[in-house]
Amino acid sequence: MELSQVNVELTGADLFVRCLQDEGVEYVFGYPGGAALHIYDAVFKQDKVKHILVRHEQGAAHAADGYARATGRPGVVLVTSGPGITNTITGIATAYMDSIPLVVFSGQVPTHLIGDDAFQEVDAVGLTRPCVKHNFLVRDVKDLALTIKKAFYIATTGRPGPVHVDIPKDVTAQKTRYYYPESVNMRSYNPVIKGHPGQIKKAVELILSAKRPMIYTGGGVVLGEAAEALTELVRLLGYPCTNTLMGLGAFPGTDPLFVGMLGMHGTYEANMAMHECDVLVAIGARFDDRITGDLNKFCPYARIIHVDIDPASISKNVPVDVPIVGNAANVMKDMIAAIRASGRKPDQEALKAWWKQLQAWRAVDCLNYDRKSELIKPQFVIEKLYEVTGGDAFVTSDVGQHQMWAAQFYKFNKPRRWINSGGLGTMGFGMPAAMGVQFAYPDATVTCVTGEASILMCIQELSTCKQYDLPIKIINLNNRYMGMVRQWQEFFYDRRYSHSYMDALPDFKKMAESYGHVGMFIDKPGDVEGALKEALKMKDRLVFMDFITDQKENVYPMIAAGSGHHEMHLSPSTGEAPAKRELA
Amino acid sequence: MRHIISILLENEAGALSRVANLFSARGYNIDSLTVAPTEDETLSRMTLVTRGSEDIIEQITKQLHKLVDVVKLTDLTEGQHIEREMMLIKVRAVGAAREEAKRLVDIFRGRIIDVTDTTYAIELTGTGDKLDAFIEAIRGLGIIELARTGASGIGRGEKGLRA
Ligand SMILES: Cc1ncc(C[n+]2csc(CCOP(=O)(O)OP(=O)(O)O)c2C)c(N)n1
Repeated sequence: MELSQVNVELTGADLFVRCLQDEGVEYVFGYPGGAALHIYDAVFKQDKVKHILVRHEQGAAHAADGYARATGRPGVVLVTSGPGITNTITGIATAYMDSIPLVVFSGQVPTHLIGDDAFQEVDAVGLTRPCVKHNFLVRDVKDLALTIKKAFYIATTGRPGPVHVDIPKDVTAQKTRYYYPESVNMRSYNPVIKGHPGQIKKAVELILSAKRPMIYTGGGVVLGEAAEALTELVRLLGYPCTNTLMGLGAFPGTDPLFVGMLGMHGTYEANMAMHECDVLVAIGARFDDRITGDLNKFCPYARIIHVDIDPASISKNVPVDVPIVGNAANVMKDMIAAIRASGRKPDQEALKAWWKQLQAWRAVDCLNYDRKSELIKPQFVIEKLYEVTGGDAFVTSDVGQHQMWAAQFYKFNKPRRWINSGGLGTMGFGMPAAMGVQFAYPDATVTCVTGEASILMCIQELSTCKQYDLPIKIINLNNRYMGMVRQWQEFFYDRRYSHSYMDALPDFKKMAESYGHVGMFIDKPGDVEGALKEALKMKDRLVFMDFITDQKENVYPMIAAGSGHHEMHLSPSTGEAPAKRELA
Repeated sequence: MRHIISILLENEAGALSRVANLFSARGYNIDSLTVAPTEDETLSRMTLVTRGSEDIIEQITKQLHKLVDVVKLTDLTEGQHIEREMMLIKVRAVGAAREEAKRLVDIFRGRIIDVTDTTYAIELTGTGDKLDAFIEAIRGLGIIELARTGASGIGRGEKGLRA
């Protein structure tokens, strides 16, 4: 069928598919149903846009999200009305909290039935409104193409985010002429891109005057393709750099200037440096409560520069001294140029003293753990995973202790390699997200670090992985507990382990096998490395590795609620904390 | 502090609930909210009266700006402005109260727009304070019902809020 003539009239369904083709969409993750059947028929008639059939709509949203996080291109979802879109909500909210560009299409009951409580009717745009960047209900086929164009434009520009388009069934049957605009211009939507030169000048002045500088960056640097600029800026200055959970990989994890992740489970050196710095440069980070700890104790000595594409993120939680609205890459390039042009250098003497202090904090070795244990330590598995993959794998994760260990122990040198639900903290994210990554990069090593509780939340996607031969490597850190919940109950609820025990777990090895995959059971530390190597050799198979780990291991360091960065709980395996230094 | 925020937004389905949603989701106060199309029918103008510290008001305006339907907005209370609200109020008007009601309406420069043997329906326009004062003054006579529109406002002088 040749559809390119502008004069041809197309049904809404054919037009929809044609729009996706012209938008350059590679994959649509979806699940059919009554209200979406015209569209599914149109999908059937072509093969340019590939539809990936998941087993639950939550999986579709997470897979599209993983694809988007790994590539920077928007992830696309197609579901039916009613339960189709309600099942998608968790995935949409997950993407929204982490500013991930998704375009979600849902079928809707025909326009004349809207509001009648029709079969599988739900107020879809009403449901998604609080967790999307924007949404649309298309009431006329003539508006469909422009709406789709706007959806992609809004999702991918400014601070990215999910956009939802609800399409009633009759609209997909009506005919109209096909025309897909090259670009759109919306008077009500004009994201700022360049930082204000005056503000950049002020920021550079402050940066160069710092005695105890700290550079703190978040997911915005990854999303804004600003990792290169960040690396250049940090190395030019020689300042310490920390990343948030969302920002890992934006600055090379193996660089000596990197002091590790910060926040609730951040490193001792990163958190201490936050507490004691005199100039804080925050870039593409939003001062989330898991980062700041108690706001009254946050960075007490620092003057703060904040670069963000979203003006509403600036001074939301923490008042800042130099706000800069703009794209992180542009702003940092301007900063680098201004620093070079000034011919000035940071205060080398002060910087030397500051690094001496940082090294003393580093020497505490806050991530140390009992390496002689008879039990498999979860940290050890991640360390080995890092070694065996040469630090070059994609790592997705679920939510809990395993997520924190993966973040702490896998050193990401590149952006978009570490893929996790930081904002919403959605258990069940890891495996479907890994599917999206594997579709985007069929030859890459894609691993999913998970826990036995999280993995069960989207376990049905093992079937999708079989259908599409996705050779994901699943690392299940099986502690037979909702470990993170258990840890909080141990610390804050006097060891009353209320409903955090995972009773009646499946035999994961057999389960993986029953889905047609390879399953492994590993319960000895000595077998960890061999198992990982063996699994990674199976390039075309999904391997589910069930590691039976130490049940009682905790994530350290930890900042409890109401504490400041300098008030961390340290592991018993950690060295002595140095005496508090005198501040100049 | 009380702030009057004027917003030009796309006259599209869902625009109003996006604004209302934002306020409830983030726990901001709304004292009143009015909205109607402008002379350009693709645009609506909303007047929103809210309260909060300077930090909160800054967040509110930033978050409103972020909504894709919002074209422009201004905080009228930052400059000189005019503010009006309209009220329809029905009061009991029998015996001596009938005269008293009439007198109060004259003092407040309102208008009686509907009359029965026992009631007056009164229209009154002014600032919110003036309407409050009228309600206090006439309360003793017996208020049957009242409907207020919520404040509407514009800035003074040459400039206007335009797309
Ligand atoms: C959908 C969802 N429900 C509940 C939670 C709360 N929660 C956070 S971590 C956690 C336990 C996760 O256990 P597991 O997947 O086994 O990982 P572990 O902490 O043991 O590594 C729970 C229940 C959540 N994050 N997401």
